[in-house]
Amino acid sequence: MASLPDTSRIQGPQEVKGWNADQIWQPPSKGQRWADFLFRRLCFAFAATTVVLILLLVVEIGAKAIPAFREHGLHFLYSQTWDPNRGVFGILPEIWGTLYTSLLALFLGTLFGVAAAIFLSEGYASEGVFKILKLFNVQFHPFWGKLPERLEVLLKNLIELLAAVPSVVYGLWGLFVVIPLIRPACNWLHHHFGWFPLFSTDLSGPGILPAVFVLSIMILPTITAISRNALISVPPKLRMAAYGLGATRWETILGVLVPTASRGIFGAIVLAFGRALGETMALAMLVGNANRLTVSLFSPANTLAALLANSFPEAGAKEIPVLMYAALVLLAITLVVNIFGALVLERATAEVEAK
Amino acid sequence: MRSNENAKQPTVAERTTAPDPFSGIDLGELERSIYRPRTFLSVVLSLIVTAMTLTALVPLFAVLIMLIWRGGQKLSLALFTQLPPAPLEQGGGFGNAILGTLVMVAIATLITVPLGVLSGVFLAQAPAESRFASSVRFSAKVLTGFPSILAGVFAYGAIVLVTGGYSAIAGGIALSILMLPTIILTSESAIAMVPARMKEASIGLGATGTQTAWMVLLPTAMPGILTGVMLAIARAAGETAPLLFTALFSNYWLSSGGRLSLMQPTASLAVLIYNFSGMPFKNQVELAWAAALVLVVLVLITNLIGQSFSREQNLQ
Repeated sequence: MASLPDTSRIQGPQEVKGWNADQIWQPPSKGQRWADFLFRRLCFAFAATTVVLILLLVVEIGAKAIPAFREHGLHFLYSQTWDPNRGVFGILPEIWGTLYTSLLALFLGTLFGVAAAIFLSEGYASEGVFKILKLFNVQFHPFWGKLPERLEVLLKNLIELLAAVPSVVYGLWGLFVVIPLIRPACNWLHHHFGWFPLFSTDLSGPGILPAVFVLSIMILPTITAISRNALISVPPKLRMAAYGLGATRWETILGVLVPTASRGIFGAIVLAFGRALGETMALAMLVGNANRLTVSLFSPANTLAALLANSFPEAGAKEIPVLMYAALVLLAITLVVNIFGALVLERATAEVEAK
Repeated sequence: MRSNENAKQPTVAERTTAPDPFSGIDLGELERSIYRPRTFLSVVLSLIVTAMTLTALVPLFAVLIMLIWRGGQKLSLALFTQLPPAPLEQGGGFGNAILGTLVMVAIATLITVPLGVLSGVFLAQAPAESRFASSVRFSAKVLTGFPSILAGVFAYGAIVLVTGGYSAIAGGIALSILMLPTIILTSESAIAMVPARMKEASIGLGATGTQTAWMVLLPTAMPGILTGVMLAIARAAGETAPLLFTALFSNYWLSSGGRLSLMQPTASLAVLIYNFSGMPFKNQVELAWAAALVLVVLVLITNLIGQSFSREQNLQ
């Protein structure tokens, strides 16, 4: 039991030189209360703008789309012609192109992104460097000993740098590097396996495959970063229990770690899908802007975002409401996917925190 | 307890005569050997994952090498001072595009920093069960995945159609929609990380919530907030889609009658790359590569500066 502090020695603040209780602590003055009140309201109002902004985005785009909706109705969503001269508009090929390219990119991006997340969360890089350092017996050296950890951080930052490169630069790279590079292989595939629906046309320039390729690079960092967080936040005791039962490393990863982190990984994939659906520039430059409904990987196609990017700057007064309608469709698709992804992630983190 | 333990201890004689508990078990079975299928599979999967991670990094290096190779050839001082060339014209630069990008990012930053940081203050201070705060947070998360082209469509409808023309202001506002969620979420988490005792000490001394925010929370959380701001700036600088039909493009400097003018079509590096990459002229394509190099260097430097702020904080 601790004894009460000895109060007899506290003589009052006047003992300390320059001590003035009135200046050290004091209730806020009336002016300060007013300033506080106003500042709180201001913060509240600023925070509210985010919610208002989303509503405003929906209302603004929705209102501008109403004339086109009245004119074309739901037929717009499943007809295939886009002819501003005749005033006939349909965006089925664009909706199909958006979903098709996004899903293919999501497949590639998930494969590599989750692999990279496992690689980073398992600490393979630092383990390998540690083993090499051990050969030279410098694993605890003040400089060399820090190398494994540094390499790990460097790798993580490099993956994140993939997301920092602007999409228009990826588009430029895809246009002048990727397309010439993959063209011979694609045309060989078309020549020999042309009966297969995926290879039914040849790659004459921009097309779905280069677009998918670049798109998957762009969504990979999203998947890796969020999945890595989910994998790292799996309680270590689960891993230890699995090792204790004699599981190998990969039995542990596939049987324990990935299932436990599955919600987080799933959220990452859904958010990456949202990114892929809305990604514009790389697709506008690489997908070929052809109003075509196709499954061939080498054929040019179009997506909603690319349609907006290419048609908006030159659109006439008649075309703009139609483009707004297309924007509304894109907005609806991405909002649904993003809200779903954010909800999944929110539940995933709540679940981990509860453990 | 103790006597029980003693009773269990076998004598030397018992130990030697007791049957070997490991008889019939091949101890080699327990040793992990690479030739066992389970271990072999594990090693193979490890190698595959390593290879896939390295493959994922190939595009980054490929892009950077191509930028340095193709963009570096063209690099000269004239690029930063001259105007874009007309088709078939040689030489030229993109000084106006660099200026345009900087101006529009500055406009977006001026709009979003007060909005975002004060929203962050609000969110970090709000009680955990506040419905309003969680809906703001959720909206910000949804906005981070908002397609950039739709920010452009919105700014076109709300600004360009209203003011009657393409302008740097419209471009800046479109960019600010994309910057806002990053700044809100990073400043919230930076402020939430300020130790509660500092905040409580400040309130205990009689400071109002406002004084606590300005004198304790914001200065302490500043490195984290600056990181968020720099990351948002880096992202906005590279955005093309929101500028395509808000700022459009221009072959001239951002001025009218010798004065800086924000209400006219404005060039930007990103749109220049997009426009020039589609042109059939060699000079323009080379300029696009050089502009891409400049843009990536700008973005990466901004990113690194941002990360250095939070590194300082970690060291403290």
